[in-house]
Amino acid sequence: MSCNDCNKVGDPRYDELQVYIDSLRDKPHFESYLIAVLHRAQGLFGYLSEETMNYVSCDMNIPTAQIWGVATFYHFFNLAEQGKHTVSVCMGTACYVKGAAEVLETLKKELGVEVGETSADKIFTLDEARCVGACGLAPVMMIDDEIYGDLTPDKVVAIIKKYREKAKGAA
Amino acid sequence: METKYTITLCDAEFSSEHSIGLKGAFEKAAKANSLESGLRFTTCKTLGLKDKGAIVVVNPGYFVYGDVTEELVNKIVAEHLVGGEAVQENLIKEDHLFNRSFKTFGDSEFFGKQLRIALRNCGNIDPDNIDDYLANRGYEAIAKVLTDMTPVDVIQEVKKSGVRGRGGAGFPTGLKWEFTQRSQADEKYVVCNADEGDPGAFMDRSTIEGDPHTVLEGMSIAGYAIGASKGVIYIRAEYPLAIKRLEKAIVDARNAGFLGTKILGSDFDFDIELRLGAGAFVCGEETALLNSIEGRRGMPRPRPPFPAQSGLFGKPTLINNVETWANIPVIILDGSEWFSSVGTENSKGTKVFALAGKVVNTGLVEVPMGTTLRDIVYDIGGGIPNGKKLKAIQTGGPSGGCLPVEYLDTKIDYESLAKAGSIMGSGGMIVIDEDTCMVNIAKFFLEFTQDESCGKCTPCREGTKRMLEILTRITEGKGKPEDIAKLERLGNMIKKASLCGLGQSAPNPVLSTIKNFREEYEEHINEGKCRAGQCQSLLSYVINDKCVGCGACKRVCPVDAISGEKKEAHLIDQEKCIKCGQCYQVCKFKAIDKL
Ligand SMILES: Cc1cc2nc3c(=O)[nH]c(=O)nc-3n(C[C@H](O)[C@H](O)[C@H](O)COP(=O)(O)O)c2cc1C
Ligand code: SF4
Ligand code: FES
Repeated sequence: MSCNDCNKVGDPRYDELQVYIDSLRDKPHFESYLIAVLHRAQGLFGYLSEETMNYVSCDMNIPTAQIWGVATFYHFFNLAEQGKHTVSVCMGTACYVKGAAEVLETLKKELGVEVGETSADKIFTLDEARCVGACGLAPVMMIDDEIYGDLTPDKVVAIIKKYREKAKGAA
Repeated sequence: METKYTITLCDAEFSSEHSIGLKGAFEKAAKANSLESGLRFTTCKTLGLKDKGAIVVVNPGYFVYGDVTEELVNKIVAEHLVGGEAVQENLIKEDHLFNRSFKTFGDSEFFGKQLRIALRNCGNIDPDNIDDYLANRGYEAIAKVLTDMTPVDVIQEVKKSGVRGRGGAGFPTGLKWEFTQRSQADEKYVVCNADEGDPGAFMDRSTIEGDPHTVLEGMSIAGYAIGASKGVIYIRAEYPLAIKRLEKAIVDARNAGFLGTKILGSDFDFDIELRLGAGAFVCGEETALLNSIEGRRGMPRPRPPFPAQSGLFGKPTLINNVETWANIPVIILDGSEWFSSVGTENSKGTKVFALAGKVVNTGLVEVPMGTTLRDIVYDIGGGIPNGKKLKAIQTGGPSGGCLPVEYLDTKIDYESLAKAGSIMGSGGMIVIDEDTCMVNIAKFFLEFTQDESCGKCTPCREGTKRMLEILTRITEGKGKPEDIAKLERLGNMIKKASLCGLGQSAPNPVLSTIKNFREEYEEHINEGKCRAGQCQSLLSYVINDKCVGCGACKRVCPVDAISGEKKEAHLIDQEKCIKCGQCYQVCKFKAIDKL
């Protein structure tokens, strides 16, 4: 059985999700596999979009409200798209006085996003952080686990450019 | 090529020369038998078997040979390593109480006071290889149960062993089995709680990663005893390796006939399925866990009904913790009498702890119940590093308490720890030295529980928030004299009015630090002082007369709070200073005091 109303033709990821859901369909307590299905969906798409949740709702015959309730309850599920790299700008006191706001503004412009969002090319997610313990290097940002200090707007742009080129090269 | 055998060379008097000689003999014999690879050698000082001469241990299987001579080495290589049959007449068979605790680990202090029951195979067998488990008495317990014991016999044996739940609450395991067995239903479930959410705890992860089959075997035995044919392991998604190991173990066990239908030719059917968590601490609570397996938000359910009456999908359900399961095969094989010979009157067997914090040796330890905190911190843990003084021991994670030095001789068992004002908990143990602020540590745990409250009960959701605000205020030097009483009032109210164990225990870290370290709270509030120097806002950095005016501090200060001419004494503007401590770190002349 497949779900015709919401068959997302053309996106092979939905086909894969469909196959997974179908493999569970005959098990007792089919609806109890919702969390497993959401895990699989997040594995495929990187996060749980409204579209994906609607698809699951329709395909598993579970109300969207319930799916939304589950997805928001568990920390593991992302409701917004996550980039390949997470850029966190330190907004601690030392960084703030040394120009963290300017760094943040530069990043917003450069990536074209607000805090918490992911850039259109899906490479970066922008975040704020509390003091990361590198006040001597203020202002500071972290990209994944790497710390970059003594930042100026120019430096920020150059670092982002490096990551972007690397990510594109890999793709 | 992968390692097929690990050979541990030990010598009673420990002459390293002899050990090398032994190794040489092995290599020579291996060559003669064209066994060029697949051998791994380790050495250890002594296994505590003083009168047995040179000793060689061959793993997997933990075969111990005594009085080893070159002649015997040749025999071991030819018959055991090549032929696959141990040289029986030269094996040492010791009292298994001891051979369980040493195995390949040697006799360093770290292992000397330990006894490994739950972790018996961890580090000794290849967890991905079912044959390795089989070689270490694996699946012998389920075979014994299916051929020689009735379900009631099994439950009696578990009851007599005195084993209690290792997941935190310490409920007698046999009794729980009996309740579930007595519930009438067409279907029943056996559940393994592998959600291990306490920050810093990794006992269950290590057990599964090191010995996944033991959990499967323990669950199967329970399935037979209570009349269930389905098992579910609920494991947190943050443990990918443990998940992989379990997946493989389940497939291997099915293929070998230890799971599935008509197990070992009997009429008993049992199979196990994995369900993943998704990052919510409260799902470790058994009723929240059941909701989560059912695919819902992991909110606790009111009890009664208890899971033993109405659990997963409304059916009678037996839930035990990973470590509890790991003890079951041993209880069956070695008997309740042996098991209950270990431990104290009301707490039998051993407990695994994740030893962490300000202690020299950190890691997993498994000790008999009744071991004292002092034994763990000093003999096993090697004491406090850097000559610092011990201040407290925290057990039970965010549900537990902090015991001060006066309680160092407290025995580890459920009742003694509770009487002292903490809990056994699931096995987190954090050693705290004089550099740690007790208000801060209480705040750390409360931040965690506050964040993880599922929000169902107002006292837990809002009360912990209020408590956290007060604690934050105190660590920032803005505490008010009435705050301590307020914390106590709120804490006791939350404990009484919350539905589940999370809320009922969330105030414990705060209440126990107020009880045992009240003076630290008072100092923060009345004198604006943090004796551990951890609460940043309460510190001030002041330049003393050792200052030579080098200017290093001035350059490093991120907020330009330091002024002074070159070669003259500098000054820190306390208004501007954000207490980041950079100047303190950079000064080469000890000219900056942290007050
Ligand atoms: C907030 C909370 C979290 C818990 N987390 C766990 C856990 O991670 N693992 C666990 O085995 N038990 C946990 N428990 C205890 C379980 O509710 C339950 O008592 C236990 O799984 C029963 O098994 P046992 O009798 O073998 O200990 C938690 C309890 C509470 C209240
Ligand atoms: S006590 Fe807290 S965690 Fe437990 S059910 Fe109530 S709100 Fe949820
Ligand atoms: S304030 Fe940014 S690193 Fe400390």
